[in-house]
Amino acid sequence: MEIEGVQVTRRRLLMAVSIGAGALAAVAAGVPLLGFFISPMLRKYPAVWRDVGPLDQFKQGATVQVNLVTSGGLPWDGPAQRVAAWLRRNNEENFTVYSSKCTHLGCPVRWIPSAELFMCPCHGGVYFKDGDVAAGPPPQPLQQFPVRVQDGRVQVQWKEEWVEYAQLESPCGCRRNSESAARHGQREEA
Amino acid sequence: MITTLSRATTRILDVIEDRTGLVSKTKKIMEHPVPKESKWAYVFGSATLFSFVLQVVTGVMLAQMYVPSTNSAFQSLAHIEDAALFGHVVRGMHYFGASAMFLFIGVHMLRVFLYASYKYPREVNWTSGVLLLMLTLAMGFTGQLMRWDQNAIWSVNIAAKQAARVPWIGHLLSNFVYGGDHLSGLTLTRFFDFHVFLIPGAMIALIGLHLYLVLYNGISAPPKAGAPVNPKTYKHQYQDLLKKDGVPFWPDAAWRDALFGSLVIAACVALAFTVGAPKLVYPSDPSVLQADPRPDWYLLWYFAVLALSPHSLESYIMFLAPLVIFGSMLALPFLFNSGERSPSRRPWAVAWIVIVVVGVLGLWREGAIAPWSPRFQSPPLPNSLPATASADAFHGQVLFHAKGCEYCHTINGLGGLRGPNLSDVANRLTREDMIIRILNGGKNMPAFGGILHPDEVAQLVAFLQTRRTHPGPDVTQSR
Repeated sequence: MEIEGVQVTRRRLLMAVSIGAGALAAVAAGVPLLGFFISPMLRKYPAVWRDVGPLDQFKQGATVQVNLVTSGGLPWDGPAQRVAAWLRRNNEENFTVYSSKCTHLGCPVRWIPSAELFMCPCHGGVYFKDGDVAAGPPPQPLQQFPVRVQDGRVQVQWKEEWVEYAQLESPCGCRRNSESAARHGQREEA
Repeated sequence: MITTLSRATTRILDVIEDRTGLVSKTKKIMEHPVPKESKWAYVFGSATLFSFVLQVVTGVMLAQMYVPSTNSAFQSLAHIEDAALFGHVVRGMHYFGASAMFLFIGVHMLRVFLYASYKYPREVNWTSGVLLLMLTLAMGFTGQLMRWDQNAIWSVNIAAKQAARVPWIGHLLSNFVYGGDHLSGLTLTRFFDFHVFLIPGAMIALIGLHLYLVLYNGISAPPKAGAPVNPKTYKHQYQDLLKKDGVPFWPDAAWRDALFGSLVIAACVALAFTVGAPKLVYPSDPSVLQADPRPDWYLLWYFAVLALSPHSLESYIMFLAPLVIFGSMLALPFLFNSGERSPSRRPWAVAWIVIVVVGVLGLWREGAIAPWSPRFQSPPLPNSLPATASADAFHGQVLFHAKGCEYCHTINGLGGLRGPNLSDVANRLTREDMIIRILNGGKNMPAFGGILHPDEVAQLVAFLQTRRTHPGPDVTQSR
């Protein structure tokens, strides 16, 4: 048989049917499989307000660790849904909450009260008490979470820390550090 | 008795051959001719394969008791380690098998590069090997996460934040690592899927291809200076060489592979019994911040890369370096598929090997020491002040620990390595120099001007001025 000038033999037809059926089956199975595979990556997790304690629990001028729970948790998330942050009570009503993840590569920064510095155990990142970069490789200040006081209780809004792709926009990390150091080189009361 | 047994075996093999044809095919493969000179330098590929088989077997065993759930993963490993019969040995074998695989895949690759065995017609042998190296690295990383301890969860964060640095698709890649926007139960189950199914599946397919190509193209003969590879004549010459000088793979060449591979397995078992796998640190809890994440030894060199890269270039290094390095490795045999194979005629190749080996060993050593990491566990300095020291110096000694100076500076063997050793700082710096440095900091030192009270600065400097190990030139007087 000839279709549009092409000789279609039985053998050609069987090949076309086999490959066509295979392709159809591959697409039919592949679409749901691929969708299933990438679905976690496309899932949106809404920001949520988390209660961290009564107002009078936090001393003015002190920086303390508070624990939050992420949003959109799965029943088997377990401890993985916990996240820590550093809360600082600046004055009667004003708070700042810093992420505990280093902006360099996400290691857990710890607050050293006597030195008034946040320090990272991994690659030597150091931050001042206001989150500004004090030393080392972090490209940005510590990220902050929104915080509010409602009915005498402090609430922190959890949202996933997102390290912006900002490093390449800054021509030199040392300039950023030196600017930050210049701000912190003088005592605050001076 | 022996004759009867031998006759029975022959009959069984005859039946198998008759029904499957596998006996003659296996015999043909095992006895295929190989160059006579391929000796001990050729055992590292098979040692890698032996290690991989050990990984599959021990991995299958571990999976009988391992629970890939955020609530139970650590506990199930603790059960394997502490309660299951030979559990700590099986886990140790899996760990040392991974170590052996990393070691021998590296040595095998260096041998292939040194002998230029990647040239025609073995280009695809090489590229499949490079892909296997990449997958081995991925197995090492995902394997470390299976412990689901503090090290594991912070390592995931580090990987996700690196992925996030990639322009345009960073967020998507970061989500790929986490299995979502952030760490969750899905992170572990997905990594389990990668570590146990996806990556090993891909590796088994690639190892099959790699071995098929070894048989198809034959084992490259050790190189001889003045005998360059010419794609037009190579296959003909190789067949002539095998006809003239070839020996059957089994047992003439394979006995070395069998002996060396067996010794590797035996060493892994011995190490598993005597040393054991890394201790389980602490069950994962992202709200516990007293963590000190470190990769396993085979990735320590990369830990050093992340710490030592110039800050302004590190984003480029994080995503461009792997592309350039693996891209160059994949392209290598296609760019240089002919010409001399002998190392004596390829000085640049030898230089590359020296650079890579020295570079990786140097980075590995730095990663093991991690001088950039603050030493939080440093105890307060013991009193080492002279009897004549002032009260200020005494207070300064206390402040040196309290203000975190000691985390980064060593004095008399105690403290961190990030900054200069200050045991004899008074020999080098004047009082004014010290004040300027403390107040203003530097690239890797915080400016303490906004942190310390002027009295505290004076006390610290008074203490540092007592740090003098020998009379030497007293800069504080001479300036």
